Amino acid sequence: MNTSTRSDTLAKTMFSIGPSLLCLRDTLVQKVLPPVVILALLMGIWEILCSSPTASLPAPSQVISDTWELIINPFYDYGGNDKGMGWQILASLERVAYGYLLAVVAGISLGVLVGQSTWALRGLDPVFQVLRTVPPLAWLPISLAGFQDSTPSAIFVIFITAIWPIIINTSVGVRNIPEDYRNVARVIRLNGYEYFTRIMLPAAAPYIFSGLRIGVGLSWLAIVAAEMLIGGVGIGFFIWDAWNASMLSDIVLALVYVGIVGFFLDRIVAFIGNLVTRGTTQS
Amino acid sequence: MAAHYLSVEQVEMTFETKGATTNVLKEISLGVERGEYISIIGHSGCGKSTLLNIIAGLTESTSGAVILDGKEVNAPGPDRSVVFQNHSLLPWLTVYENVSLAVNKTFARSKSKTERHEWILKNLEMVGMSHALNKRPAEISGGMKQRVGIARALSMEPKVLLLDEPFGALDALTRAHLQEEVMRIQDELGNTVIMITHDVDEAVLLSDRIVMLTNGPSARIGEVLNIDLPRPRNRIALADDAKYNHYRQEVLRFLYEKQRKVESLAEHREKAAPISSAKKAHA
Repeated sequence: MNTSTRSDTLAKTMFSIGPSLLCLRDTLVQKVLPPVVILALLMGIWEILCSSPTASLPAPSQVISDTWELIINPFYDYGGNDKGMGWQILASLERVAYGYLLAVVAGISLGVLVGQSTWALRGLDPVFQVLRTVPPLAWLPISLAGFQDSTPSAIFVIFITAIWPIIINTSVGVRNIPEDYRNVARVIRLNGYEYFTRIMLPAAAPYIFSGLRIGVGLSWLAIVAAEMLIGGVGIGFFIWDAWNASMLSDIVLALVYVGIVGFFLDRIVAFIGNLVTRGTTQS
Repeated sequence: MAAHYLSVEQVEMTFETKGATTNVLKEISLGVERGEYISIIGHSGCGKSTLLNIIAGLTESTSGAVILDGKEVNAPGPDRSVVFQNHSLLPWLTVYENVSLAVNKTFARSKSKTERHEWILKNLEMVGMSHALNKRPAEISGGMKQRVGIARALSMEPKVLLLDEPFGALDALTRAHLQEEVMRIQDELGNTVIMITHDVDEAVLLSDRIVMLTNGPSARIGEVLNIDLPRPRNRIALADDAKYNHYRQEVLRFLYEKQRKVESLAEHREKAAPISSAKKAHA
């Protein structure tokens, strides 16, 4: 009671700063505290489970002490594949970026085509529905055979993994454009290009972005597996290499990095989506 | 046919669904003069919106023709701008941008950039929306959205303004307010207007002529009623006006007695013999 009246006066005197500080405190308590508590709890359980000397997996304390060099020095480069975790992650991100961007361009274009034309829908949809169920790694041998090189093959695997949700969501978004918007465009007499940029893209944007978000998640899922097979610098091969050298702590650290990077990729696409589709979802 | 400003000639509309054909409109002929305010009234499902869409060019009639100012109508265009029932503003554009999309397209060549800007502002001012130029549709009320919809339609300087149950989705007070605004604007600009409605008071208050459609299927023009009331009209003064109430009664009688049941129309006419003496001019 006392604190709240005091903070009320504080808020009044400091109009904008006061409430925002209070707000910050509330968010800290409500949003940050629960995950921190749960994380500590899980780490505790893990520590206890793996503390015996016969445990086959390292405990968190062991992981940290084993990998301290890697943690504090993410950007070392001793030549060859012996590079810091930062370089490994960046190499993987680069592959994902190429494959994903190609998938975005091709996926949105094909999605618009399938959404606009019933003929294209009837012709292409069965093909898409079959191909999208093929697991990402199943594409790797055939792309290695086709490209004769590992880098474009990995990029192709990312591309082919990310493209299906983008195509499917875009086409659903385009097909769901309300008849009213089409009628408005017809009365105003927008031409095809104007219709595409002024009506179709904004109207379908929420759908397109949910496809883009699924796509970026899938490409990050696929890159680790693909890199295990193609080798070279990259977080996937780093994990495979660590396994072969029985450095389990390195693997655990790599998994933490993979998870965090995947989380941020998802959040970045979601953030861009929120910026772009602001105002398009409500009416 | 005499040269009306807008003439609907022998329009028929038949929909085909899975082998079954439904005749929606039958032999609709109607002449509209320049500056006239016409209401089309009828029970829901009688095809009045279909008729409006045919005039707008959004739907193609099975047979018959619509001729506006000497030219046959076969595609939608800004000379027959439509105010849609659910406003149909584009949610990702601001109030200003919604109107400017129409203005910039319609007057791309005939007006300079500054002229277009002023024209947009003028139209928004006419509907009293100057205060919300940068708001998005989600941020303004239903009545305001419809005002912007009207501004967008007016800004294209249509030869005929088509209103598709423009006030149907609004509460009674907002509706009354917007009706007044539409009357004022029509007095000012002398637009030719065709309005679809199912509200008897609205039809009598706003119109020069009320076109009553019989029940579907195969709806035709049942009666046409001339509303000979001086303008400007005041709804409060008219509430006690004998002529106004007589017109109201005419429309109510058509809708609730003559058109209550299509199959018993003939026997109904016999029973309701006294009413036919009060019957007005047939189409």
